[in-house]
Amino acid sequence: MGIPGTWRLRNQRLALIGEVCHTCGKKIFPPRDVCPDCAREAQHAFRFSGRGEIYSFTTVFNPPAGFEEYAPYTVALVKLEEGPIVTAQLTDVEPDQVAIGQPVEMVTRKLQDESRAGVISYGYKFRPRMSAT
Amino acid sequence: MRGVSIIGVGQTPVGEHWDRSLRHLAYEAVSAAMQDAGVEGAHAMYVGNMLSGEISNQSHLGALIADFCGLRGIEAVKIEAACGSGAAAVRMGYLAVASGVHDLIICVGVEKMTDDVGGKLTAALAQAADAEYELAHGITFVGLNALLMRRYMHEYGVRHEDFAGFSINAHANAVGNPYAMFRRPITLEDFKHADMICDPINLLDSSPMADGAAAVVLCPTEQAHAFKGKPVHIVGSALATDCLSIHDRRDPLWLQAAEDSARRAYAQAGVTPQDIDLFELHDAFTIMSALSLEACGFAERGKGWRLAAEGEIRPGGRIPICTMGGLKARGHPVGATGVYQIVEAVLQLRGEAGACQIPDARLAMAQNIGGSGATIITHILEAEE
Repeated sequence: MGIPGTWRLRNQRLALIGEVCHTCGKKIFPPRDVCPDCAREAQHAFRFSGRGEIYSFTTVFNPPAGFEEYAPYTVALVKLEEGPIVTAQLTDVEPDQVAIGQPVEMVTRKLQDESRAGVISYGYKFRPRMSAT
Repeated sequence: MRGVSIIGVGQTPVGEHWDRSLRHLAYEAVSAAMQDAGVEGAHAMYVGNMLSGEISNQSHLGALIADFCGLRGIEAVKIEAACGSGAAAVRMGYLAVASGVHDLIICVGVEKMTDDVGGKLTAALAQAADAEYELAHGITFVGLNALLMRRYMHEYGVRHEDFAGFSINAHANAVGNPYAMFRRPITLEDFKHADMICDPINLLDSSPMADGAAAVVLCPTEQAHAFKGKPVHIVGSALATDCLSIHDRRDPLWLQAAEDSARRAYAQAGVTPQDIDLFELHDAFTIMSALSLEACGFAERGKGWRLAAEGEIRPGGRIPICTMGGLKARGHPVGATGVYQIVEAVLQLRGEAGACQIPDARLAMAQNIGGSGATIITHILEAEE
């Protein structure tokens, strides 16, 4: 993803800002402008807490182009406490220490260093929850 | 709407065809299908393909393949729906004939994967998923299926080896298919000890990347008997979509588009799952087979794996699947796969499946899945009376 894309997604990547549907109350991440439940417009920004739990996970040993230097890394589906599931890498934890149901929290980390385009993209990853809740 | 029939089929062996390019593979399948039907031309061609732009630096396949097959000038366009591109192309051909716009259509699925290997191919395949919210986090296509499989095992208390029956069946069936990539059986021990790719998915849960092309010729049922071969009738055809990302699904472990497309196809054909004699499903990974059987009404939620464990998916079982090797052992040239499935179903219904023949097969279902479930196409085919 180049410079415009990285800039465009800064609110989602860095602050986990999604949307809330003012018709039915559903919290939405990633933002999609139309509520997936009631199909009404839902463009009101909503900032997620960043707290959730592991829904599923796997460790990638054969990465796609652009991720070679990071492999192996663990990717999870994280169920946020507000409802949505997000796909994200786990950090600060060994793969054999991960379990379904484990509480996690969002942190900001480097996602990819695309040196050819001069862009270092940062965004959300999740780690075992450390903060008081 | 007019009834639509398949009057010719053709395919190349699935494998690593270092000596043949995308266009040559497509021509080989189209030419075989046209000979099988006894036709010398067509009014339109739909080309199913996913990766040509990424891997072969070639877009614009409609014109390229039509011209290369000696059909310069006809309507021709590429149809893309990730790994569902092949059956999506057949669906477009079906609509063109059913609507009365065209009388003679060629649908060809073609994929050339071995022009690149490694990370670039892995990244190209992953484009079936959401670039901004899945791929940006380094997930691969195998990885997405691994997320589903781990959750499935957790939710339903299933062990990894409980999926072995899917791969063992596919490999056993491929032995009799001269076009299959892996014509050798595997054992439970092989499955249990295969190399891990992306836990819990190991090498023998996974279908292989490959080159290949397959083609069908379609015409209105009312004209089907004017051609030389035994026609097979498309009695159900449906395409349904779901969200691109697993994380956006209402229930990640339910293939809603499989249920929706199968339900519509059953209704159109006036049949139920119990009537289906064989099912060419999209076993890109063993977990997909289980989810597909559940969504299509062959097993209850969380119990699709049992059909494999109990041998009900083998020839002679309750619902034989992957009768000519499936994606696992025939091979998975992604954008061609959906057409291979239909070609194999046609061979079964014409009684020409050789060592793979399911006795007295009259109704066959084929289901092709794009991505991790976002585009799913289901066809039901019926043998000639």
